Amino acid sequence: MMTTSLKTMICTAAMLTLGAGAAAAQTDEKLVVNGETEITTQAPAPAHLDGALDTIYSGWEFRSPATREVQMDDFDNPGMIFVDQARQVWNTADGSEGKSCASCHDDPAQSMKGVRAVYPKWNEDAQEVRTLEMQINDCRTNRMGAEAWGYTDKGMTSMVALISLQSRGMPVNVAIDGPAQSTWEKGKELYYTRTGQLELSCANCHEDHYGDMIRADHLSQGQINGFPVYRLKNAKLNAVHSRFKGCVRDTRAETYKPGSPEFVALELYVASRGNGLDVEAPSVRN
Amino acid sequence: MELTRRGAIALGAGVAATLVLPIRAMASADAAIAEFTGGAEMGEGGLEFITPEIAENGNTVPIEVRAPGATAIAVFATGNPTPKVATFNFGPLAGAQRASTRIRLAGTQDVVAVAKMADGSFVRASNNVKVTIGGCGG
Amino acid sequence: MAEGVRARVKVPGNATAGESVVIKTLISHPMESGQRKDSDGNIIPRSIIHRFVCDFNGQNVIDVKMEPAISTNPYFEFEATIPESGDMHFTWYDDDGSVYEKTETVTVG
Ligand code: HEC
Ligand code: HEC
Repeated sequence: MMTTSLKTMICTAAMLTLGAGAAAAQTDEKLVVNGETEITTQAPAPAHLDGALDTIYSGWEFRSPATREVQMDDFDNPGMIFVDQARQVWNTADGSEGKSCASCHDDPAQSMKGVRAVYPKWNEDAQEVRTLEMQINDCRTNRMGAEAWGYTDKGMTSMVALISLQSRGMPVNVAIDGPAQSTWEKGKELYYTRTGQLELSCANCHEDHYGDMIRADHLSQGQINGFPVYRLKNAKLNAVHSRFKGCVRDTRAETYKPGSPEFVALELYVASRGNGLDVEAPSVRN
Repeated sequence: MELTRRGAIALGAGVAATLVLPIRAMASADAAIAEFTGGAEMGEGGLEFITPEIAENGNTVPIEVRAPGATAIAVFATGNPTPKVATFNFGPLAGAQRASTRIRLAGTQDVVAVAKMADGSFVRASNNVKVTIGGCGG
Repeated sequence: MAEGVRARVKVPGNATAGESVVIKTLISHPMESGQRKDSDGNIIPRSIIHRFVCDFNGQNVIDVKMEPAISTNPYFEFEATIPESGDMHFTWYDDDGSVYEKTETVTVG
């Protein structure tokens, strides 16, 4: 309790000085992984942003040289060790049907290529927008007869990382029209709604002040093209909804639950703000 | 220590806070170094110690040590409650007397590397690392 | 305690005799320092890997004494001289008595 309120006070103090600090420029460096995979970390903003941003930037551009470097080599990137773990799980049978992911999806390098780039995505049968986590649990419960994984459990996030890796270097391109539109609108509303005692919206920080320093943190546009993210802070892979939760909590608001319809809608909207940036999961952040 | 750190930020919002080290921590670092050197004098030069000027997070700070001809290199974080970090002992098949790893720093502080050379002498190198307090945004 | 520990090593498969090659290692391990508290305020007991050794054909390359200040998922990069074809052997020693091992073959030719 005490810690929370201290932390919030610090955040408030920092907000007051926002803009006073030098708005450090994004890096000119290019993100190339393993010396071969080129990743687009800036792109023209998608049309739906209507001029709110001119250019969209990956969070990678805002990190220090030392942090950026860790992501440039798959061996140096500790997130990859969890991808390895997920690869093992992929091939291991679980549940009453005696099936593994591989039984139906074979080699993820083929079957999951490009999947991350278009998620969250409308599922016609279920008549809902699904995140990768929802889809994975659907396969586990309905097709494998296995127990659902916790939405942000380590095993789940590692599996999302394995699947996301197969889209690395492909541009994010989530659909926001058709049946997904109403969910997208809901997400957009959440993004611009001020919450908490600090009365801050996502946009107040990530649209109005990206490039500024908040405390000693270089504020990014809050893009999710890099998720799951290996954070130096907690030395593990972090799911999109875990990050949302942290950000909402910092405004001193009641947060939604990971996997809740609100966060699913928010994920679709935030993903769409990054349409044009390459998927770079698993990325490395502070 | 945690409180001092947070307090400092609230006052100097936005600036990387410099942690004022308690004298106690410094003393225990000296003792840990003396344990490695046996209290021998330490020279300078011949030991390269690469650390970031600013670490975005104290939990994972990349460091590298390099001292051609050394038999061992020890690393100390003078501002950590327990200053010892690691000792690299180089065997006959070491291709170079160098090593990199990632370490934890409890705050802005001096980190020290001490190399034991083949002739039994010791050299020392020290760098300051600023640990920034990021972290709104969960 | 430390479950599902997984090690990765990066060793070139081929080398010329006498060449110095770059080795990288990463192992998944919490490196619990013994200084953190859980949500109930109880100290989480120390549980770390305290030693890492790399040998080639039985001769030592590097032997590292590790303290709790080494980050979670310990990472090392260093160099090894390859005199002849053989096996590079990696060993991590856990506080709880567990020993994690990995071997990679390097061919000289
Ligand atoms: C019994 C067969 C079966 C098993 C086992 C299975 N899946 Fe699926 N999976 C499917 C089918 C069929 C679909 C297409 C479902 C749909 O479109 O509604 C699918 C779709 C998916 C998708 C979405 C792909 C896309 O292009 O949108 C992902 C991701 C996925 N599965 C992951 C997994 C993972 C991870 C596992 C293991 C934990 C797994 N699946 C196990 C049959 C299976
Ligand atoms: C008080 C300011 C603040 C608010 C409000 C805020 N964030 Fe953040 N957010 C941060 C900071 C600071 C970081 C860490 C530095 C960075 O990457 O920008 C961050 C990081 C993120 C990241 C990680 C980016 C990456 O590249 O890994 C995402 C995603 C994100 N925020 C989304 C959101 C969403 C969605 C909201 C609204 C629910 C929100 N944030 C509200 C301050 C804020």
